[in-house]
Amino acid sequence: MAAIYSLYIINKSGGLIFYKDYGSAGRMDTNDTLRVASLWHSMHAISQQLSPVLGCAGIELLEADNFDLHCFQSLTGTKFFVVCEPGTLHMENLLKYIYELYTDYVLKNPFYEMEMPIRCELFDINLSQAVQKDRVALLGR
Amino acid sequence: MAPAGPRSGDAIFASVERVNAELFTLTYGAIVRQLLTDLEEVDEVNKQLDQMGYNIGIRLVDEFLAKSNVSRCVDFKETAEVIAKVGFKMFLGVGASVTNWDAEGTCCSIVLEDNPLVDFVELPDTCQGLYYCNVLSGVIRGALEMVSVPSCASLSLVFSSSS
Repeated sequence: MAAIYSLYIINKSGGLIFYKDYGSAGRMDTNDTLRVASLWHSMHAISQQLSPVLGCAGIELLEADNFDLHCFQSLTGTKFFVVCEPGTLHMENLLKYIYELYTDYVLKNPFYEMEMPIRCELFDINLSQAVQKDRVALLGR
Repeated sequence: MAPAGPRSGDAIFASVERVNAELFTLTYGAIVRQLLTDLEEVDEVNKQLDQMGYNIGIRLVDEFLAKSNVSRCVDFKETAEVIAKVGFKMFLGVGASVTNWDAEGTCCSIVLEDNPLVDFVELPDTCQGLYYCNVLSGVIRGALEMVSVPSCASLSLVFSSSS
C-alpha cells in the first residue's frame, strides 16, 4: 500500500498554515516547509497563467521519480497538497475529505483566526484518523 | 472516476444535523435584543449585525463549497441564483427566489419564502429602521468577498418582518 509522506495547507496569500509529516521520508525542518509552501503557491499561480487550456485552475498533480504531489485548491484560494509515494491512489478524494475536515474543525472554531496557523486539536485528531483509515475508507468512496 | 456534480440544497439540508427551529429563533432574538440594550442606536445595531454576519460568512463559504460542490459561477446572475436556491436551502432550509433585476444586472432582490429568523417577531415603533435580519446580508457579503466577488457597499437586503 502506497504511503503519504506529508500534508501541507496554505492560505490564500501563500503562507503555510498547516504541515504534518507521516513517516521519515521527506521530513523537513520548519524553514524548509515554509519555503516549499511559498514556492508551491507561486508555481501554482504561474501555471494558471502558462496553461494552454482556457480556464485552468492550476496544477493538480506533479509526478516525479520519488514522489507524487497532489494539490487541491478551493474556490476561496486555500490550497491543500499532499506529497506521497508515486502511484498512490485516491489522493484527490483524501484532499476533498481534508477540506471538509478543515471547514468543520478549523473554520467553525470561533477562536481560530482566519489565515493563521492551524492549532486545533480536533482537526489533528480527525486528520490522523482520516489518513490512517485512508486505505480502507477511501476505497469505498 | 468522473467528478461529482453539484448537490441540491435539499439533499444537503437533509444530510446534516439539525437543531430545533424555535431555539434558533429565540437565540437570534436574544442577540438582537441584547444589542439594542447595549448599543441603543438602531444604526449601530444594524452595523453590528452586519459585522457578525460578515464574520459568519467568511467561514461559512468554505463549508458551502465543500458540501455543495458547485463550480465557479460565470456571472452575477448565476451567483445570485446559487445563493438563493442552494445556499439558503442548505443553511436555513427555506427556499428563496431572485427577483427585481436592474438593467445592468448588477442589483437584485432575494426574497425568502419563509424566514425562520422572524417567526413570532413584531417590530415595535421604537425600532423603526432596524434591519432585523441584517446578519443575513452580512453573511452574503462575507461569503462573496472570500470568493472574490466584489460586493458593492449597497448590498443591504431589507427584510420586512411581521408582514
